[in-house]
Amino acid sequence: MQGHVWKFGNDIDTDAIIPARYLNTSDPAELAKHLMEDADESFPSKVKAGDIIVALKNFGCGSSREHAPIAIKAGGVACVIAHSFARIFYRNAINIGLPILESPEAAEKIEQGHEVRVDLASGTIENLSTGEVYQAAPFPPFMQTIMDKGGLIGYVKWRLESEKS
Amino acid sequence: MGMTIAEKILARHAGKDVVRPGELITARIDMVLGNDITSPLAISEFKKIGVDRVFDKDRIALVPDHFTPNKDIKSAEQSKLLREFAREHQITYYFEVGRMGIEHALLPEEGLALPGEIIIGADSHTCTYGALGALSTGVGSTDMAAAMALGEAWFKVPSTLKFIFNGKLQPWVSGKDLILYLIGKIGVDGALYRSMEFWGEIISSLSMDSRLAMCNMAIEAGAKCGIIEPDEITLDYVTARAKRSFEPVYADKDAEYEKVYTFNGDEIEPQVAFPHLPENTRGISEVGEVRLDQVVIGSCTNGRMEDLRIAAEILRGKKVHRDVRLLIIPGTQNIVRQAMREGLLDIFIAAEAVVSTPTCGPCLGGHMGILANGERALATTNRNFVGRMGHPGSEVYLSNPAIAAASAIAGKICAPGEVA
Repeated sequence: MQGHVWKFGNDIDTDAIIPARYLNTSDPAELAKHLMEDADESFPSKVKAGDIIVALKNFGCGSSREHAPIAIKAGGVACVIAHSFARIFYRNAINIGLPILESPEAAEKIEQGHEVRVDLASGTIENLSTGEVYQAAPFPPFMQTIMDKGGLIGYVKWRLESEKS
Repeated sequence: MGMTIAEKILARHAGKDVVRPGELITARIDMVLGNDITSPLAISEFKKIGVDRVFDKDRIALVPDHFTPNKDIKSAEQSKLLREFAREHQITYYFEVGRMGIEHALLPEEGLALPGEIIIGADSHTCTYGALGALSTGVGSTDMAAAMALGEAWFKVPSTLKFIFNGKLQPWVSGKDLILYLIGKIGVDGALYRSMEFWGEIISSLSMDSRLAMCNMAIEAGAKCGIIEPDEITLDYVTARAKRSFEPVYADKDAEYEKVYTFNGDEIEPQVAFPHLPENTRGISEVGEVRLDQVVIGSCTNGRMEDLRIAAEILRGKKVHRDVRLLIIPGTQNIVRQAMREGLLDIFIAAEAVVSTPTCGPCLGGHMGILANGERALATTNRNFVGRMGHPGSEVYLSNPAIAAASAIAGKICAPGEVA
């Protein structure tokens, strides 16, 4: 995948990603209308399908709301790259099949407006604006399997099926 | 080499003799929790799995507490989904409005979170039950759905950080201050992916309510869980109320910790976290002049009996400052009743505070006390992110209930001594 970068700083919390005042629904399209609103009010109107979010440390800290990765996915964001992710956000992204990559170097060096190409299978991130290449750590096989099954529900169904047969 | 409390609990629930940090395991779950915001999503994911029944109707707790009593039509629809699912699956521990409380005040009180257990909840403050010696952690709705179907969840075994608090607790200092102080030292990602264990003479003497407040905010340091080893105080608390048999887990003497931090409690004064992160802490003596529009005493962090008693002690015979709204939100129906019996509600209302039915309400900017642009609140809650209690242009400061009560009287952040 290849996309335009929106860059964010440290400790982007789930209230910034999707404020709680909109959590009286879990409709992905409704949630996407308010994506990152409290960090950048015009973000929902600017973000385009296939764009990539790059952030520094502890992205997604705070609440357990799965509405956060759902809003990001429904907003058309193809992938999130960060120095590090808060642990519940990390789990949720894997469980719902939102691609995420941890790479301190990429998070540091990629800037707002850069164009990057990401190969999820290998974890390679290519910065087309600067020519640099960064490497994210690959997922452990277990997590990769969850993602290959489209998320945790797909994985659980697959496991229940294979236990039956 | 021995194991930490988190490692031992995970090993036991994974059917293994030993687990080590970094290992990915599947573990049995003793209790699965959800609320009115996270459960509707979990229920729709649960339906996709295609199983007929939940794994155990006695091991799921559903608590409509965030936007309840429902604040608008959309949140009423969400609660309805929860209620219908609870009826369909005959969920034993569904707590309807009138019987409910703020989930993390309610589950310990009901004896549904016990030493040595693994509890997951689709709410980040599920880590609260570490105060009872459980491994409890927040997850998302999809994890909740899978756990309701299978009774298990996947975990990466965390490494453990040990925090030792020596010395004596200073006046007006509580568990809330210890955790704010600690987060101020290590930062909001200082325990990322880790288990925290709290030790030392101060912790041993800490009341259960204060321990619950402390472990509640482990997530604010990025941790998976925050655990206090069970002792006499723990067993006194749980024995009378436990709904299941349980087996406490203790750390091995030769457990391996990633890092050990030692703090001197004699030097810790009441803490205030400035906007917009819980790590922006200052001792009360260094706060300066911060005028307030609203004060909130309540939440899953500080809405328990001890908190209300402290607030009442300070508010007795006083009036809330004319420019301040003081909202007091007891954590559960039992706490409301006990506060009524002890005369605390009378003290609050005489002081011209608002007393609310249990709800998460304003803590997450839901309802019952939302801030306008430019307004400033001091809250005994757990987060002070941008827009957390309302308008993105508002501000939230965090403190313990004593500081909050005194500040409501003074109209600015101050120590109880200043309004005595």
